[in-house]
Amino acid sequence: MSNEPEITQELIASHGISPDEYERLLEIIGREPTYTELGIFSAMWNEHCSYKSSKKWLRTLPTEGPQVICGPGENAGIVDIGDGQCIVFKMESHNHPSYIEPYQGAATGVGGILRDVFTMGARPIAAMNSLSFGEFSHRKTKSLINGVVEGVGGYGNCFGVPTVGGEVRFHAAYNNNCLVNAFAAGLADTDKIFYSAASGVGMPVVYLGAKTGRDGVGGATMASAEFDDTIEEKRPTVQVGDPFTEKRLMEATLELMATGAVISIQDMGAAGLTCSAVEMGDKGNLGVKLNLEDVPQREENMTAYEMMLSESQERMLMVLKPELETEARAVFEKWDLDFAIVGETIPEDRFLIVHNGEVKADLPLKALSGTAPEYDRPWVETPAAAPLTDIPSVDAADALHQLLGSANYSSRRWVYEQYDSMVGADTVKRPGSDAGVVRVHGTDKAVAFTSDVTPRYCKANPFEGGKQAVAEAYRNLCATGARGLATTDNMNFGNPEKPEIMGQFVGCIKGIGEAVAALDMPIVSGNVSLYNETDGAGILPTPTIGAVGLLNHIDEMISNVPNDGDTLVLIGKTDGHLGQSALLKELFDREDGDAPHVDLAAERTAGEFVRAAHGQNMITSAHDLSDGGLALAAAEMAMAAGVGVKLNAGDTGWFFGEDQARYLLGTKNADGLIAAAKSAGVPAAAIGTFGGKDIALGDAKLSLSDANEAFENGLPSRVM
Amino acid sequence: MRAAVIQFPGSNCDRDMAVAMDRVSGHNKPTQLIWHKESTLPDGLDIIAIPGGFSFGDYLRCGAIAARSPIMRSVIDFANKGGFVLGVCNGFQVLTESGLLPGALMRNANLKFICKDAGLRVETSDSVFTSAYKKGAVVNVPVAHHDGNYNADPETLKTLIGDDRIAFRYAENPNGSMDDIAGILSDNRRVLGMMPHPERLNDPQLGGTDGAKLFESIASALVSA
Repeated sequence: MSNEPEITQELIASHGISPDEYERLLEIIGREPTYTELGIFSAMWNEHCSYKSSKKWLRTLPTEGPQVICGPGENAGIVDIGDGQCIVFKMESHNHPSYIEPYQGAATGVGGILRDVFTMGARPIAAMNSLSFGEFSHRKTKSLINGVVEGVGGYGNCFGVPTVGGEVRFHAAYNNNCLVNAFAAGLADTDKIFYSAASGVGMPVVYLGAKTGRDGVGGATMASAEFDDTIEEKRPTVQVGDPFTEKRLMEATLELMATGAVISIQDMGAAGLTCSAVEMGDKGNLGVKLNLEDVPQREENMTAYEMMLSESQERMLMVLKPELETEARAVFEKWDLDFAIVGETIPEDRFLIVHNGEVKADLPLKALSGTAPEYDRPWVETPAAAPLTDIPSVDAADALHQLLGSANYSSRRWVYEQYDSMVGADTVKRPGSDAGVVRVHGTDKAVAFTSDVTPRYCKANPFEGGKQAVAEAYRNLCATGARGLATTDNMNFGNPEKPEIMGQFVGCIKGIGEAVAALDMPIVSGNVSLYNETDGAGILPTPTIGAVGLLNHIDEMISNVPNDGDTLVLIGKTDGHLGQSALLKELFDREDGDAPHVDLAAERTAGEFVRAAHGQNMITSAHDLSDGGLALAAAEMAMAAGVGVKLNAGDTGWFFGEDQARYLLGTKNADGLIAAAKSAGVPAAAIGTFGGKDIALGDAKLSLSDANEAFENGLPSRVM
Repeated sequence: MRAAVIQFPGSNCDRDMAVAMDRVSGHNKPTQLIWHKESTLPDGLDIIAIPGGFSFGDYLRCGAIAARSPIMRSVIDFANKGGFVLGVCNGFQVLTESGLLPGALMRNANLKFICKDAGLRVETSDSVFTSAYKKGAVVNVPVAHHDGNYNADPETLKTLIGDDRIAFRYAENPNGSMDDIAGILSDNRRVLGMMPHPERLNDPQLGGTDGAKLFESIASALVSA
């Protein structure tokens, strides 16, 4: 094992392996590791791949239900949509790379999540992105949002998946750590799902897709550390994506699966060849031998270390039925992609890496994944926030005008018009309303997608904030007419070694767990991104929830556009909760008070009522209430319809309070609707009408054209 | 009507185009998908569509590599013999790169990808693609492209205008196209290239049907054929 660096304390530390962890490594292999072996351990044991800080808590999440075909642990989760079909979906972060190199970081984030979906045999049908940036006054924000949005679009548009939803937020806590959470969902037949567990001894291990280069070497380790002033040096750890290759890889993979040649398959994501090979062997209780000289290489003189840790994109590893090699090879030749047999499955528990006849690594395979360290990190409960005492008085129309024109609550059009939201010609609800909806190709069924979280709430009260993220996703699905099926969670937090950060994580997980159980939307996949900190300052706790809902027929879809003359009925109980509200933050730069509490039973009753009311043709339109409360929701409906709205008078809490479990419904039959709500046990009241050319909040008025102008210019005026 | 859709690596509206053709052509003759490495076309085709997408990743120039694919020789022959060819979005770019239509599609004036509904003014109903539209009508058809900024030399533009070969103009120009041009016809009026996607709004479930008339126009001329 010549020409490899000597194993020193510094080398071990630079691989992110702690002294305790190194002791453990020595116990497992009974000798000093080679350089390549050290790299392999580092790849398997880093936070990004091993979930060592979060596993204990992730296990507490509800992940089962009659609708769940596959929960966490595979490339993506799978949920049944009936008729022999299923939706395969997941959300994953690409935060650290996107801050270092926004275009490529975001693009490869999209590429990675798409690969997770089609690796399981599903054709991607929808994508979303949840993005968090710093304030516009920070020097990097403009270039980050421009680069990230262009990267997301550049990859997804070329690949050919419609981007139908997402979120974009701005807050000073993200100044030095932006968040890029990419979601993808695909459609598959339930009897044609592919998993990663290898089976059979002596089966060929096949490398598919793009060639291996030196890009991304050590990327997963980089993503498991805080940033400091050496950040520029980390640029070479960011991978470069090629959506054209990914599109061909997807078509070739799906064609290959149809030939029956695939025993098991795994995409090469974080820690590339290492993670994928170990995963396939571990799940199949087999060993794997790889001959690295057979790996298709893009650069000359690559070492075993580099090949095992490269994160070059658009690659897959597969265990092949040897008798179908000719057919399999022909598919990849058709698409001009590499197809190389690089190893085989072996009976013993061994991960054997040979390069030009020299053994570069010889490790117990099970130990690599099964014995990854697991920590029960100390945590402290987030102290209860003091209740809000002084409530500022505002002119309601002026306050609404400011919210509509703010970076956070203005139209996201500048973002979503850079994404192809219609490719596939099945998008039946485009971005800009509560949830995006995509028809199941060739049927009248449809699937709804939303992603949600309110990080301010999570910081003030992690438990209620976690609940609220799920509840808002549920509400967005219901307001679109969809029945919630399942969720994916993308947990973005700071340094878990700090008890208060770990406390945020634990609180959010507990809240999410309670909410997904109560709303029957189990978590089927997810991702954890920790160490989102720079020089000791962490982000707001941001557990993004991606949710999938089903419409058995497109006629179940509810419009967000009311008609002129409709009565506006408010569903749910209003207490005027202003703690942690958009109003306080945007107008007064205040983040005080407790987060609103979520009554999950009320949430469920209200959501079911909205869908039932639409089923009985009692409503024309629906919109959920969230940030900005009644005033912002009513204004959004009015602007969507191009008609004014008049709301009953009330105080600041009435117009801008953020009480949960509420909806606005447009109706021509207010009496009937309110009576039906009463018998369903749901609070309901007629609180205004659509018509005219103004948004009237009691006596305060804002013209629809002024509202529109503020709303449409909010982002473009800041990003360019 | 026998229709075919050409598939390049990176095409991503091929299925959408085939679905749109099938809606009007009658399912007894489903639209055929033809791989770019083929060098001959099936006999008896009435119309060939070149779909949207990112053929060859838009590398070099949009449509430039696809225009040199083996199948394009046959498509050019087909067009030269009077065959009908429809190119949408990347398909339009392939048609200009292959010389079947004049001009070029450059990067959008704002340098960004644009996906939104666009008002299109029908400038001529004198073509097999636009006969079901009323001349002067403004219809709603989505655009989704990064390079839709049509450009041609002044002589070409004069000819296009003089020969009534501008099929569609944007009501509000989204991309900087010369003279608001969204789609043009060949001089025999049998090849249409357009940036907007009629196949994306041809079904009430998709929120609009203004694109359907283009396919109905084609069908009314070719279905009996």
